[in-house]
Amino acid sequence: MRSRRVRAFLRNRTAVAGAVLAAAVILAALVAPAVAPHDPLIQDVYNMLAPPGGPHPLGTDDLGRDVLSRILYGARVSITVGVFSVLIGTGMGALVGLMAGYFGGPLELGMMRVVDILMSFPVLVMGLMFMAILGTGMDKLIVAIGLVLTPQIARLAHGAVVALREMEYITAARAAGAGPWRILRRHVLPNVAGEILVMATLWMATAIRVEANLSFIGLGVSPPTPTWGNMIREGVRWLVVTPWLSVFPGLAILIAVLGFNMVGDGLRDAMDPKLL
Amino acid sequence: MVRYTVRRLLVAFPTLLAVYTLVFLFVRVAPGDPAVAALGDYASAEAVQALRERMGLTAPLWIQYGRTLAGYLRDLGRSLITDVPVGQQVATALPHTLELTFAGIVIGAILGIPTGILTAVRRNRLPDYMGRTLALVGLSIPAFYLGILLILGFAVRLRWFPVMGAGPFSDVSANLRHLALPALTLGIIMTSFVTRMTRSCLLNVLREDYVRTGRAKGLRERTVVYLHALRNALIPVVSVLGIQAAVLIGDSVMTEIVFSRPGLGRLMVQAMMQRDYIALQGLIVIYGALVVLVNLLTDLSYGLIDPRVRYE
Repeated sequence: MRSRRVRAFLRNRTAVAGAVLAAAVILAALVAPAVAPHDPLIQDVYNMLAPPGGPHPLGTDDLGRDVLSRILYGARVSITVGVFSVLIGTGMGALVGLMAGYFGGPLELGMMRVVDILMSFPVLVMGLMFMAILGTGMDKLIVAIGLVLTPQIARLAHGAVVALREMEYITAARAAGAGPWRILRRHVLPNVAGEILVMATLWMATAIRVEANLSFIGLGVSPPTPTWGNMIREGVRWLVVTPWLSVFPGLAILIAVLGFNMVGDGLRDAMDPKLL
Repeated sequence: MVRYTVRRLLVAFPTLLAVYTLVFLFVRVAPGDPAVAALGDYASAEAVQALRERMGLTAPLWIQYGRTLAGYLRDLGRSLITDVPVGQQVATALPHTLELTFAGIVIGAILGIPTGILTAVRRNRLPDYMGRTLALVGLSIPAFYLGILLILGFAVRLRWFPVMGAGPFSDVSANLRHLALPALTLGIIMTSFVTRMTRSCLLNVLREDYVRTGRAKGLRERTVVYLHALRNALIPVVSVLGIQAAVLIGDSVMTEIVFSRPGLGRLMVQAMMQRDYIALQGLIVIYGALVVLVNLLTDLSYGLIDPRVRYE
């Protein structure tokens, strides 16, 4: 069973390519200090706006900082924000969805109504709203993106529970005297975990994209810490003279988001054989 | 159909009220004082207190709730910074946003549906791989980055289109020239969604019995695909078009910022930078109203494609 899915995933060339891209970004985040050719914050005033090549493979920005090193360090912010916001979102979303689905009644109606309303909002508008309320900074950014993801995760978890709750083995567990928390944890959660895991990959892509958007506006992690979004923000001023300042960090965003999206797509196909 | 529309519009009001309530609560529950946030940490206690009173923050919560709501029916409240009614700002910005989003949807439908058909009909061959790869790239690329790339290519290098701003509505050619690149930005993103959706829906329909029947009785492949399959495949496509239109509204925020278009998105970011909570609340409710409206239009458009749909 398990190996059949693994093989289905490996047969999917798009998914494997995506896994390679995503792994490259994660690796860059992990080993940035070891492989970056320069300190991402050191300003080389004799080499401002240097074109790509030589000691600075991707050039330098208007303060003479090495673009490649900044992109490598930027991966740390993207991956950190991505991982933790997806964790927060999955935790809260699963809690809301599982509770609503399991307990039912007016609680379910009320909770899912709020979820529906929040879900109809564009992800970015919601991200902006939460950042406005929470303020800027890495921790706030993680919470804001986690909150943005929560309704989507809640809806997924809720749907899964509604499908499961009429199942006989749940009734059997209840008859055997299991409490609601035990049933949720032991019987419901394991059944929805696979689907949540697949979606988490796609949410990771969304989280990285939203992070890039917010830091492009200037609402994310504040400078001088390099993030891909704020590198582009700073680079845009020099767009006509030195376009690479915006183009290279953007490529990094594209690789990261594309990688996770491709893995998610591939996992989904592998889990759902009828689409193959 | 008219009755259905009226009923849906009536249902929209409680939804918007809920949106307003959520936003109101989010802003109040949030740590920090909006007055302090607006004035900065170094403001004197008197100034903060004065602003708190002007913002109505000293009244009990339910009075604030009612007052703000009454203000919404009038002019969406007044901006904390400029004292201009938010409603007035929205009125000048909204046409630019609507124009942009609409153009994006149209481009997406015009480019996406044929591409989707092509990838489905040529499944697992070169056009399919190319179409699918491009669609994946299109839905992974952030709108602001795509906008920057288009500026680099078409405005800086080729000089075909202006870089930023929006032409006045009175000057049609200037307006369209300014619209071209932002609309293309949203259009490319929309195209990716529409391509994927059309492809998977058409592939599902092509598996149906009546498609086999059509082929078995010797209909030309073109007739089967375009006359029988496509129309049925388009129903879910339209619904996704509607859902994605909401996403597109979000991307329009970024597009407006990159191209400095005077739309809702720029108002919103401006309100955020100035910590203008009143304007921000109003704008979020406006976005909510837009989404509700788009959903209604989507539901109404089903009837155009599927004669079985009755609005009761």
